[in-house]
Amino acid sequence: MKKKAHSTQWSYYLMILPGMIWMAMFSIVPMAGITMAFEDFNPGKGLFHSAWVGMENFEYMFQLSDSRQVIANTLIIAVSKIILNLLVPLVFALLLNEVRNIGFKKFVQTCVYLPHFLSWVIMATIVIGIFGYNGVINTFIKMLGGQPQLFMANADDFRQILVGTDVWKEFGYNAIIFLAALTGIDPALYEAASIDGASRWQSMVHITLPSLKTCVVLLGVLGLGNILNAGFDQVYNLYNPLVYSTGDIIDTWVYRLGLQDLQYSLATAAGLFKSAISFVLIVVSYLLANKFADYTVF
Amino acid sequence: MIRSKTIGSRIFDVVNVVILTTLVLLCLYPLWYTLCVSVSNKSAANAGLVTFYPIGFTTISYQQIMGDKLFFNSFWISIQRTVIGTAFSVFVSILMAYPLSKRPDEFAARNVFMWILVFCMIFNGGMIPWYLTVQSYHMINTMAALVFAGSLNVFNVILIMNFFRGIPKDLEEAAVVDGAGPWKILFRIIIPVSVPVIATITLFVSVYYWNEFFNGLVLMNTSDKYPLQTYIQQMVVNIPAGTTLTQEQYKKLSQLSNVSLNGAKVFIAMIPMLIVYPFIQKYFVTGIMIGSVKG
Repeated sequence: MKKKAHSTQWSYYLMILPGMIWMAMFSIVPMAGITMAFEDFNPGKGLFHSAWVGMENFEYMFQLSDSRQVIANTLIIAVSKIILNLLVPLVFALLLNEVRNIGFKKFVQTCVYLPHFLSWVIMATIVIGIFGYNGVINTFIKMLGGQPQLFMANADDFRQILVGTDVWKEFGYNAIIFLAALTGIDPALYEAASIDGASRWQSMVHITLPSLKTCVVLLGVLGLGNILNAGFDQVYNLYNPLVYSTGDIIDTWVYRLGLQDLQYSLATAAGLFKSAISFVLIVVSYLLANKFADYTVF
Repeated sequence: MIRSKTIGSRIFDVVNVVILTTLVLLCLYPLWYTLCVSVSNKSAANAGLVTFYPIGFTTISYQQIMGDKLFFNSFWISIQRTVIGTAFSVFVSILMAYPLSKRPDEFAARNVFMWILVFCMIFNGGMIPWYLTVQSYHMINTMAALVFAGSLNVFNVILIMNFFRGIPKDLEEAAVVDGAGPWKILFRIIIPVSVPVIATITLFVSVYYWNEFFNGLVLMNTSDKYPLQTYIQQMVVNIPAGTTLTQEQYKKLSQLSNVSLNGAKVFIAMIPMLIVYPFIQKYFVTGIMIGSVKG
């Protein structure tokens, strides 16, 4: 019996091995590369022989006006997205909840989830088709006798386009969790309210909304961990040098610094700055979620 | 459900249906717009005249694609990476999730591995160290990079693990009494009762592989190695980054591309997604709910 238990343990190790090898290769080894952020990294000399410069890369980074701009852009875009991606799906779920025709309800759900599954590469071609210089909106402006606008190349419009198109793509999918919570409400509550003469509005405010409270708190708190994630795929596929002042985010900046300008150390430092802050925020958000919504990840 | 039928309530119902129908149209518009552009004639599409219906119906763009070797090449690369990558990722995730679903007294090292996993989920070395690491494995320009560089998602492992934990212990215990070892239990008992979660993860992972463009962009050096999304990205969004660009130059650049032909390519790239969508739909709602299971 003891021998058996022993072999069971070994089987468990063996099962976990392929995944752990992958984690070591693609997740843990790259973490060693973080040292580049504290070096004047020279690919010819390698990680172990490049000159150690301590915090110089960080100091230099924060002296660049780009870095402050990029951090501000990231925060503004990400926070707008977090808030609207919570509110719009919430309102949508409440509206859908009021629909009595099951067939129509299912049909609406099927359609609104769809954009989530299209990549930003594909959505970008459509967004450019709509807001571009020769796009749908400009066609209408011209029809009405106006001058076509450069929406996609205008720094003042770019953030609104980013946030708006992100909500457009994701609101249906983000509503799933609310809709699931709504199916958990006891119909007897609505019946009782109705007998007591409550209007639909009163039922919604006093029964439907409170039942979503935990969900909203949970998603809001978990959103905290995404405060520096403004959406690389989206920005990368939509931006251009004319909108860097409002649309460039940490991730795209790191990409250009590192993989286009080959400033490995500076880019690694900027990336580490983001990873470290995100790490703290995620841990805090998990602790808060655990405290306020009994949420545990594992 | 009993509900009053006041006038206000009826007006609300009508307004509600109008709002929801508008949202439905907004979400279907990407598909419709792309289809319309792809079957419109080139000059109308380039001038931006196509809005809600095709102008000058023609299938010439689709005929042109038929002769485009690079397009089909990248389409084939995407299919390969999606099939191989999904199989690898799902298999490894299941294997990993099973021991992790055990209590620490059943699998001594469980918590250690769990903490490693969670740490890797919420912290990463960033783009540049990741890129240099993949480069150091000599994976640049290989299918291996497209398959392995982003294959394992810790969150998926945790989803599967949570599902495994919810399976009644009696099932396993009966098998242990019959002399089954861990491998037999996993493949004969656990996996067959976990079809919903495995289907969900399989679909999520395949969507990831199909839609992923960035690894294709940075890890492939030549366009004949690009997966489809990278190919499309390069074809449509070809504005040189980092250069100074004036608004006049931007206008000129945006008039260069063949919008109709691009639309046809984008539409073809959407087709596999549209084919699997009805199947995903059945599962992803369950998938998200498993994700919110409280451990």
